[in-house]
Amino acid sequence: MKTGVVVFPGSNCDHDTYHVLKHVLGTDARFIWHGDAHLHDCDVIVLPGGFSYGDYLRTGAIARFSPVMQAVKEFARRGGFVLGICNGFQILQEAGLLPGAMLRNRGLKFICRPVDLRAERTDLAFTRAYEPGQVLRMPIAHNEGSFYVSPEELNHLERNGRVVLRYSSPSGEVCDAANPNGSLNNIAALINEEGNVMGMMPHPERASELCLGSEDGKGIFVSLLKAVESKNPRIQESKNGPRGLSFLNS
Amino acid sequence: MMLRVFVTLKPSVLDPQGMTIQKTLAGLGYSQVEEVRQGKYFEIRWAGDLSAREERDKVETIVARVLSNPVIEGYRIEWPQEIPA
Repeated sequence: MKTGVVVFPGSNCDHDTYHVLKHVLGTDARFIWHGDAHLHDCDVIVLPGGFSYGDYLRTGAIARFSPVMQAVKEFARRGGFVLGICNGFQILQEAGLLPGAMLRNRGLKFICRPVDLRAERTDLAFTRAYEPGQVLRMPIAHNEGSFYVSPEELNHLERNGRVVLRYSSPSGEVCDAANPNGSLNNIAALINEEGNVMGMMPHPERASELCLGSEDGKGIFVSLLKAVESKNPRIQESKNGPRGLSFLNS
Repeated sequence: MMLRVFVTLKPSVLDPQGMTIQKTLAGLGYSQVEEVRQGKYFEIRWAGDLSAREERDKVETIVARVLSNPVIEGYRIEWPQEIPA
């Protein structure tokens, strides 16, 4: 499986993500520069965390216009798997691939600490490795993570099961005390309507090895690996450099 | 030509920065400050004739699509005085 990590000026979780994809998962991982106009036949594209373009204007607002984002949009439109982590989530929102926007944390502080998350959807390409209602421990690290959408849109998202993870207590109770940043309905991760684009504020790449305190995040990448394999059986058969899904769809 | 753009959070969006500023001012004794909403201000020097409708549409597009995020923000454009609103 070929995986791509997009590097924007100011990305700072790109190497962590690459490490997990390459050395923990064993995929054929590569970096994709934000100025590239194509995605090198990758099966999965990850927009990593960081401060793309210094968060100028708004988080993700400038990165959205990078040449690579046109390719990411096209890739997503054709059904390719796109995962946005933290700043990557914010970029996907600005690009219109996921709804809503991230406001400044309600406590006005940059928060960097592990949180508990209740898995609301475990039937997705991104989350099949988890059990329904499982509580996952992963770190968050953000200043703008307070999820906001209009009340009508929020209602629409909830009714259509678009919430993937919610900030919760260690026992899985979703309450205001477990909400670190003021996100509406404790929303920490969302899926698009088609189920191939996910954004999450917590960092699964920082929780994919036990030596880092948790490997609860690894399930996201494991799920994706399996999803790609089942979508394209040829990848399962051949260990040496299978081509990506893009040629199947073109 | 110089134009000015104000981008502010929609009234329905909570503004914790504005609230903190208001509380601080109240703490300093300025109890008249009922509410503060913090926003962004842009000065744009435009090399074009803003009396032309198409030019003003371009400004409108930039402000609506780039300088502001319609999910959370609204905007107001202050045109040069010689341009009718």
